[in-house]
Amino acid sequence: MPSLWIDGKTYEVEAGKNLLQVCLSLGLDLPYFCWHPALGSVGACRQCAVKQYRDENDSVGRLVMACMTPVTDGMRITLQDEGSVEFRAMLIEALMTNHPHDCPVCDEGGECHLQDMTVMTGHNYRDFRFKKRTFNNQYLGPFINHEMNRCITCYRCVRFYRDYADGPDLNAFASKNHVYFGRDCDGALESEFSGNLVEVCPTGVFTDKTLKEHYTRKWDLTTAPSVCHHCGLGCNTLAGERYGSIRRIINRYNGAVNGYFLCDRGRFGYDFVNAGTRIREPLASSGETKTQVPVSVEKIQQLVSEMNAGKDKILGIGSPRASLEANYALMKLAGPEHFLDGMAPKESSLVRLALSILRNGPARSVSLQEAGQADAVFILGEDVTHTAPMLALSLRQAARQVCVQKAAKANIPEWHDAAVRELAQEERSPFYIAATGATRLDDVATKKMCVPLDGIARLGLAVAHAIDPSAPAVDGLADSDKQLAGEIAAALMNARHPLVVSGTSSGCSSVLKAAAQITIALARTREKVGISLIVPECNSLGIAMLANGTLENLDERIKSRRYETLVVLENDLYRRLPSAQVDALLESVKRVIVIDHTTSPTSQKAHLVLPAGTFAEADGTLVNNEGRAQRFFQIFAPEGEIQESWRWIRDICPESRGNRKTAWQDLSDVIEALCQDVPALAKIQEAAPTSDFRIKGLRVARQPHRYSGRTAMVAHKTIHEPKPPEDPDSPFSFSMEGYRGIPPAPLIPRFWSPGWNSVQSLNKFQQEVGGELTGGDPGVRLIDPDGSDSPGYFEDVPAVSTCSGDQVQLIPLWRIFGSEEFSVLSEAVQQKIPGMSVIMNPKDAEKANLKTGSMAVIESGDMKLQLPVSLCESQAAGTVAIPAGYRGAAWIDLPALGESGRGMKNERNPLVPDPDCSGSGWHSDCGSQSDLA
Amino acid sequence: MLTVEERQEIEKEIHHYEHKQAACIEAMKIVQRHRGWVSDESIRDIAAMMDMSPTALDSVATFYNLIFRKPVGKHVIMICDSVSCWIMGYENMRDHLCRKLGIQLGETTADGRFTLLPIVCLGTCDHAPAMMIGDTLYRDLTPEKIDTILKQYA
Ligand code: SF4
Ligand code: SF4
Ligand code: FES
Repeated sequence: MPSLWIDGKTYEVEAGKNLLQVCLSLGLDLPYFCWHPALGSVGACRQCAVKQYRDENDSVGRLVMACMTPVTDGMRITLQDEGSVEFRAMLIEALMTNHPHDCPVCDEGGECHLQDMTVMTGHNYRDFRFKKRTFNNQYLGPFINHEMNRCITCYRCVRFYRDYADGPDLNAFASKNHVYFGRDCDGALESEFSGNLVEVCPTGVFTDKTLKEHYTRKWDLTTAPSVCHHCGLGCNTLAGERYGSIRRIINRYNGAVNGYFLCDRGRFGYDFVNAGTRIREPLASSGETKTQVPVSVEKIQQLVSEMNAGKDKILGIGSPRASLEANYALMKLAGPEHFLDGMAPKESSLVRLALSILRNGPARSVSLQEAGQADAVFILGEDVTHTAPMLALSLRQAARQVCVQKAAKANIPEWHDAAVRELAQEERSPFYIAATGATRLDDVATKKMCVPLDGIARLGLAVAHAIDPSAPAVDGLADSDKQLAGEIAAALMNARHPLVVSGTSSGCSSVLKAAAQITIALARTREKVGISLIVPECNSLGIAMLANGTLENLDERIKSRRYETLVVLENDLYRRLPSAQVDALLESVKRVIVIDHTTSPTSQKAHLVLPAGTFAEADGTLVNNEGRAQRFFQIFAPEGEIQESWRWIRDICPESRGNRKTAWQDLSDVIEALCQDVPALAKIQEAAPTSDFRIKGLRVARQPHRYSGRTAMVAHKTIHEPKPPEDPDSPFSFSMEGYRGIPPAPLIPRFWSPGWNSVQSLNKFQQEVGGELTGGDPGVRLIDPDGSDSPGYFEDVPAVSTCSGDQVQLIPLWRIFGSEEFSVLSEAVQQKIPGMSVIMNPKDAEKANLKTGSMAVIESGDMKLQLPVSLCESQAAGTVAIPAGYRGAAWIDLPALGESGRGMKNERNPLVPDPDCSGSGWHSDCGSQSDLA
Repeated sequence: MLTVEERQEIEKEIHHYEHKQAACIEAMKIVQRHRGWVSDESIRDIAAMMDMSPTALDSVATFYNLIFRKPVGKHVIMICDSVSCWIMGYENMRDHLCRKLGIQLGETTADGRFTLLPIVCLGTCDHAPAMMIGDTLYRDLTPEKIDTILKQYA
C-alpha cells in the first residue's frame, strides 16, 4: 500500500489509482470537472491541479493534474499551498468568462457541480467585463433540453455519449472559444441512454426536458430510494415529488447494478404516475350498462361481505409487475393452490425455465456491473437494448474489455481513458450475436448471425458441443456454421470472464436451453462462467419464485373449481391471453375485483376496482433478473383512497379466511410472514432495514432541510399547516425532520453533502469513490447455484426450421419505447415510439409481392393482422418480426408459424412520424421508422 | 449528391489508409475543391461513403478553419493576424481591405467576388505583413500594393 503525504498528514492508500480519485476517497475536497469515476481521466479541464514535491527538501514543487497522476509510494503533495489554490481559482475564472451566470433561470441551479466547484475554489467575484460568445441551441428531442452558452468545455458529454455509450450523433464541433457540443443538425438524440447527459454534464447545458414541464428545484423535492419498474433489471432510482406529482427520476447509484447510469425508458417513463389514466378512487359497476361509478368504503364493505357470506371460492391472479408483498397478500387470500402467477402461459414457462437454469447453475447470474467486465460475449436471441436496456450499456463496456487488458499489459491503468482508447483503436472483445434480425448491438459485434429461432438454438448447441464434445452434437450443420460455432467456442474458452446472454423475449425455450448448454459445457473445464438471462418484467423472477399456479389451462381450472370471485392484482389480462379467452373468463365468475393503479381493459370490466399505489405510492420488494431482491420505498402519501395493494387485500380479507387486519399492521409484518412461509424468499428481509429502524432515534427525512414553502404549500386550502402523513411501513418520515447523515445504503433518499449539492456528492456516500456504497451496495442475491453437482446436458436438439412452403416464423419485436406497458403513458416517451410495422427480409417480401410501406396481412391460426412493411436485409429469411407489447394492439401468442401476404392500403395506419432529423440515414436500426416512406 | 468525379477522387484517397475514416479530411478537401465549400448535404454524402455518422464528420469539418461550411466568394483572401504581421501593421492592412471591399472579417462581398478571413501565420514573417488570395501569397503589403493586387481579381 503506497503511503501518501498530503498537507502534512500521511495516508495509506490503494495502489493503481489516480491522485484525484484517492484524494476524493479520503474525503478531501478537490475540485474537478472532466474526470468521472465511470469515464476515467483525460486531463481536459485542468481544474484538479495540486502541487507535487520531489521530496522533503523540495519546497518549490510543481503543479500536476491530480486526475492524470498515478499515486506512488512516498508521494508528497499539497492541495492547500497558495500556488495551487490560486491556479484553481484562476482556472474557474477563465472557464466562466463565457458562462452566462444565469443560475436563477437555470434548471441545474441548486444541484450544479459548476456552482459547487466555483464556491469551493473561492472565485467569488466576477471581473470579466467583455462580450461573451453566444450559441444557438438545438432541438434534441423530447428528453433533453440544450442551453449551450453554459458550457465549460469539459468534454464529459461526448465522452459519455460517444465513447461510453457509442452514440453516433453527439459530438464536439469547432475549436477554441467556439467549441460546441451537439448534433450535426436539430433532431432527437438517437441513443437510448441520452438522459444520462443530464447527470454527466456538470453544468446546465443538458437538462431534463420533462422536469421543465413541472419544474422543481432539488431542495424542494421529496425523494426516496426507488427501483425502476420498467424492465427486469431493477435499476436503482431516486424519484422526486412535489404537490402530489412525480417530477423526475434520477440515478441512484448501486455499484453492483446500474452504477452511475439509467436508460431513457427508466428515466423518462414516470409520467404514468401523474396521468389521467390513474385509478384514484374505488369504483363499482352498477346498473344495466355496468358503468363504473365511485363507491364509498361502506359500499365496498357491503360488496365484500356479500362475497364472504357466500364463502366464495376465490381465484387470485397475481402479477409479475407487482411487489412480492402484494402478490403474497393475494396468495394468502386465495390460498396457494388458487393463486396464479399472472404471466402469459408461454412467458411463465420460459421465466420458470430461466429460474431453474439459474438455480441449477453451474453458471452464476452476473450483475450488470459484472456483465461490463466480461471479455467475451455471446448473445442468443435477444435485442438487449430493447429488452434490458442497461444490460446493453454494460455489454458495450464488455466489448472494450480487451482494450483495458491490452492497456494493462502496456502498464496503462484503466482510468487513463484517452490512452487506453488510443492504444486499442477499433479493437473490440470477441462479441457474437445470434438473432432473428438487426439488433442495436450489431455495431460492436465481431460476428452476427441472423437465422430463425431454431437456427439460434442449433448454433448455441453446436457451440456447446465444440466446447465439450460430450455435449450432444448438432446434425446437418452447414460448414460455415460449424466453423462459426468453433470460433465462438474458442473465444469463450480463451476468455477470462466469458458471458452468455439470452432471455425470454424470443419466446423460444430451445434458445434459452442452448444458452444454458454452453455454460454447462464451459463449466466442465473452468470455475467461473457468467450467464445473464433477461426476463420481461420487474418482478418476473419474484413471482415465479412465489407462485406455482399459472394461467395455463385456465378455462378448465375455472370450470372444474367453480370459482365465484376473481381477484386480479395489478394485471391487465388482455396483455396475457387472447381477448376472447379473457372475455369468457370475466363472464364466467360472479364477481371480478381488480386492484390496480391504472385503468386497463381488464379493470374496466371489473365489478369492483380498488385504487392501488404505483411505485411512488407504495413500498415493496422486487426480484430482478439477476435474482437480486431490492426494496423500493414510497415517495409520497397520495391524496384520497389510493393505498398499497397488500393493504386493500388485507382489508377485504374476511374472518373466515383469517383476516390479517390485526396481524398485518405494516409492511414489515407482511414481509415477516412471507419469509416464514416461503423459504426461497426468506432473505428478502435483508434487502433493507425494517420499518422500526431508527438512527439516533430518528427516521430518515424524505425532504431536504432546505425544503421551502411547507407552511404555505396548501394555504389555498387551509391556513393551518397540516401534520405530515405518518409512515408505518418504512424508516422514512414524510417531512424535513429526521436524520441527515449518511444512512444505510438501501435507505439513501438523495445524494447531498455540505458544499456538494450536485449528484457528485455521491462521492461522499461511497467507501471508495467509484466503488461500493458505504456499508455495501443494496439488494440481496437470492439465487446462487451451490455448484455441488453439475446439471446434465439438455438432450433435445431442435430440427432445422420447421417452416414449410409459404409459412414464416412470426417473431415478437420488442421496442424500448412502445413495448412496455406504463412508460408509454409518458408524453415524452410517446414521441419516441416508432410506428407499428412488420419487418421482413427483402427476398421474402418480394415473394409475397410486398415492398417497403405496403400493407402486409399476417395470418396465424385465428389471428389476422394488417400492418405496413419495413424491409431489412438483416431480418432472417423465413421470419417476420411483429411489434409486441404495444398498447391497444391485440395480444398475439408469439412466436408462431404463419403466412404473410399482400393487404389493402389501410386507413387506420398507426404510423407515428419519426421526429429524427430527416436525411440522417445513418441509423443502423432497421426497425426505425425512417426507412418507411 | 456527389458527382462521379468526386466519388472517384475520394475512392482513390481511401485506398491510402488502413481505416477509411482517415481519408475524411481529404474527402472534404476534394469536395471543397469542386464546389468551393462543403454543404450539409455534402457532409451527409461524404459521411455515408466513410461509414461515419454525419455528426462525427462535421465534428472534424468544423475543427478546421480551412474547410468552409458556408459558401465563400470566388476568391478567398486570408490575411495573417499573427504576431509578426501584427507588429508590421496588420491592422492597417485589415482596415484598408475592409474599407475597400465594404465587408468585415468573415464576410463576403455582395457581388460574391471576395471573402475576407483572418489566418494564423503564413510562414513568411520576414516579409510581413502578408496575405494570401487563393493559392497566391502576397508579401510586404502596403495599402497601395493591396489596391493593385485586388485589381487583378476584378
Ligand atoms: S456540454 Fe456540459 S458536459 Fe459537455 S463539455 Fe459542456 S459543460 Fe461539459
Ligand atoms: S434498464 Fe430497465 S430497470 Fe434500468 S432504467 Fe431502463 S427500464 Fe429501468
Ligand atoms: S479533472 Fe483533472 S484535468 Fe479535469
